[in-house]
Amino acid sequence: MSRWRPDADRARLDDRLLVVAARVSAAASAGIVLLIGGFLLVESLPALRALGVAPFAGMSWHPTGGTDGGQFGLMPMLVGTLAAGGGAVALATPLALLAAVVCVFLAPPRIALLLGRVIELLAGIPSVVYGFWGLVVLVPLIRRLEPPGPSLLAGILVLALMILPTLALAADAALRAVPRELLTAASALGLSRTTTLVGVALPAARSGLWTGLLLGVGRALGETMAVLMVCGNVVQVPGTVFDPVRTLTANIALEMAYALDLHRAALFVSGLVLALLVTVLVLAAQATTAGSEAHP
Amino acid sequence: MTSQTHPARPSDTATDPAPDEVSRRLRSVDTVPGSDGVLCGPGCDCSDPAAPPAVDTPPALRIRDLSCTYCAARVSGEGHVAYRAVDLDIPARRITALIGPSGCGKTSFLSSLNRLTDLIDGCRVTGRLEIDGVDILAPAHDVVALRRRVGMVFQKPNPFPLSIRRNLELPLREHGVRNRAERAARIEAVLRDVGLWREVEHRLDRSALALSGGQQQRLCIARALVLEPEIVLFDEPCSALDPLSSGVVEDLIASFRERFTVVIVTHNLAQARRIADHTAFFWLVDGAGTLVESGPTAALFDHPHHPLTRAYVDGARG
Amino acid sequence: MTAPRHRLPPPQGLADRLLGAAASAAVLAIVGVFAWLLADLLRHGLGGLSWHFLMAPVEAAGRAGGIAPILVSTLAILAICLAAALPIGLGTAILLAELGDANSRFGRFVRRCLDILAGMPSIVFGLFGNAFFSLVLGLGFSLLAGGLTLACMVLPLFIREAEEGLRAVPQEQRLAAAALGLGRWRMLWLVVLPAAAPGLFVGLVLAVGRALAETAALLFTSGYVDRMPGSLLDSGRALSIHIYDLSMNVPGGEANAYTAALVLVALLLAINSAAAWLAGRLGRARWQVA
Repeated sequence: MSRWRPDADRARLDDRLLVVAARVSAAASAGIVLLIGGFLLVESLPALRALGVAPFAGMSWHPTGGTDGGQFGLMPMLVGTLAAGGGAVALATPLALLAAVVCVFLAPPRIALLLGRVIELLAGIPSVVYGFWGLVVLVPLIRRLEPPGPSLLAGILVLALMILPTLALAADAALRAVPRELLTAASALGLSRTTTLVGVALPAARSGLWTGLLLGVGRALGETMAVLMVCGNVVQVPGTVFDPVRTLTANIALEMAYALDLHRAALFVSGLVLALLVTVLVLAAQATTAGSEAHP
Repeated sequence: MTSQTHPARPSDTATDPAPDEVSRRLRSVDTVPGSDGVLCGPGCDCSDPAAPPAVDTPPALRIRDLSCTYCAARVSGEGHVAYRAVDLDIPARRITALIGPSGCGKTSFLSSLNRLTDLIDGCRVTGRLEIDGVDILAPAHDVVALRRRVGMVFQKPNPFPLSIRRNLELPLREHGVRNRAERAARIEAVLRDVGLWREVEHRLDRSALALSGGQQQRLCIARALVLEPEIVLFDEPCSALDPLSSGVVEDLIASFRERFTVVIVTHNLAQARRIADHTAFFWLVDGAGTLVESGPTAALFDHPHHPLTRAYVDGARG
Repeated sequence: MTAPRHRLPPPQGLADRLLGAAASAAVLAIVGVFAWLLADLLRHGLGGLSWHFLMAPVEAAGRAGGIAPILVSTLAILAICLAAALPIGLGTAILLAELGDANSRFGRFVRRCLDILAGMPSIVFGLFGNAFFSLVLGLGFSLLAGGLTLACMVLPLFIREAEEGLRAVPQEQRLAAAALGLGRWRMLWLVVLPAAAPGLFVGLVLAVGRALAETAALLFTSGYVDRMPGSLLDSGRALSIHIYDLSMNVPGGEANAYTAALVLVALLLAINSAAAWLAGRLGRARWQVA
């Protein structure tokens, strides 16, 4: 027995090292979120301390001008972000839902597989390419319709295209998880296709659908490149969909390169707003999932 | 399964019917005119010379040479035969039980009766299946109308994840009951029918999933009845329930005699004896489900003609 | 054998026909836009694609020349990103999937943090990377700062895939190893990790795809410099930033932007198809592309 001892000791040491290493990595992974939150807060503090919170709710963004050191109203850009994101979600959700219904229920297996592959490929196209395509293809088309071209509408269209795969894949997974027995029961009652889908399948999949929708909204609000390239980036509350707008994300991307002091801190404030928005959405998505698990 | 002498015995077959149950059952058998001959198919040797030959009530379902094949792989062309060449008349407003070991095609047979087999890829049903003289297997036959006349209740309670009210409203709306008051009246009536009204009248708008298993199953029965079908199919409706709920559901089904034509698949032979007027026994022959023998329940259990039947119900008798 | 799909009843009535029409229209729209995008990239981008384009230095701010330094910078950023994300991600996945910590308070906390991290907008990663890696750690605008920022970004994706890969290893194999008296570390190293390797590889490929597609997080971390980088502390321009810069800031850069976009999309499609193919061979029906 005794000659096995050293090896056993080593094994025990190895095991303990493994646990420690795994704990440290996990702590590091989790720590990144805290680190991001901490840095956003620390870097925004100068602005928050100097100006308070109220000026950020203002309508005017002149970060470098004026004798009083500039104006830092984020409201027009928040409106831009919400308008572009909301419009994109409103446009993409029905399309994504229909595509998922086709994939799961309506199409013959081979077509469904093909459509699934196309959606996965769409999901893999980078945002900068969507932005570029929007810039060289969509914007000129919109310009012909109603100048100037770079506009909220262009942003909505490109964003919708971008989040469509995310929404469709989530809806697909949620619909696939609907128990077959429910569909069989619906058929045994002589319910029609539409009633089976709308009355039974969608309600049965609702928690998964909500989760996907919330994550899609988060993605739309947080997207930078695509909207930066097609929205025109004028700081204003848009009157129509043909007006150019600037989103919070685009504002950071545009001005970070030369921002100093209070201006830089103000950009971090907008980053903080974005991070909070998205975190709330993610937590809400988790809550819908957890809620459905609690009441199966 | 090659053994013909000692088939697998379901676990819960022991309980004997109470004496009054037996007499009631015998009475009910007596009330069926010509019942002895009704269920017999060709190849069945149960023809009793003493039985009255005439059949004066037409059967609810007339089944001739019905077969069902699952085509597993599209390439191979040959498939697994779920059941083969079934001839059976199902008497109207009586309870007919389908018994037999697992995998002998009972459930496939049951789902053929409302063409639920249409939903399964590669499943083909051939033969004749008549309700009121109309062959419902004809491709042009209106399946939705058929399923309205033939309700079905499944093994596992499967209420929709909606409110109790909405579960019953959905089929009503679908089949054109637009009047809100009428819908409410029918929902109440059908919930009273299944003995659920008192338990749920104050929480009709709560989720059906919050009900207990037995309540869920009774809701599913109510959902099948709300369309006022002529025939109700039950696929082992009690086997997923605890004994108490199982008893409640069984009594409920027994109470449907004279109101609906009931076809019930059960593994519980004692249950078949308790509630069924007629029983049909399925067995696996050459890898395909086959109807071996059918007849009035008491006759089939007490004087089975076919040795397979005898072995199977003897197993039940213990 | 997969269970046969559920068939719905045949379409009947106006509502069913409307639904069918709407579904067909939606599918046509999606497939049509996808085809339009790809065709447009091919039509305008394929002409400029050549060996020279891939191997030549950038000239005239990208209007002429090729993208060789861009590709080198991109690869360097990817390498740094993976070098940082793999060990941390694998360690976290092992903790969550193997050491039974998934449902402990710490495990749940880690998972929640990762979910939030996965949803964080990339521009926020850019802000954080600029403040932390570039300024606090003094890395400046460099490949290193960019790669590390991307590592933070792909971490949740990689961890999720790696965890799934580890969980897919049958429990019997662990029991067999334990019955041989192997410790946790030995069991992991000799039995579980080799068995989970394909799943881990899928995670790696998806992480590369995500990092390759990223732009906003690199704007203020790895920077815009389009020369060939001399060291990891030099600034270097990633392919996606090159596309952005050519299309927005360089008049007349459109032709080369098209070609660069074609290269990027081709790379990503290849990477994602490889991941899908691998995942399919692992028997996983469908995975979410981030």
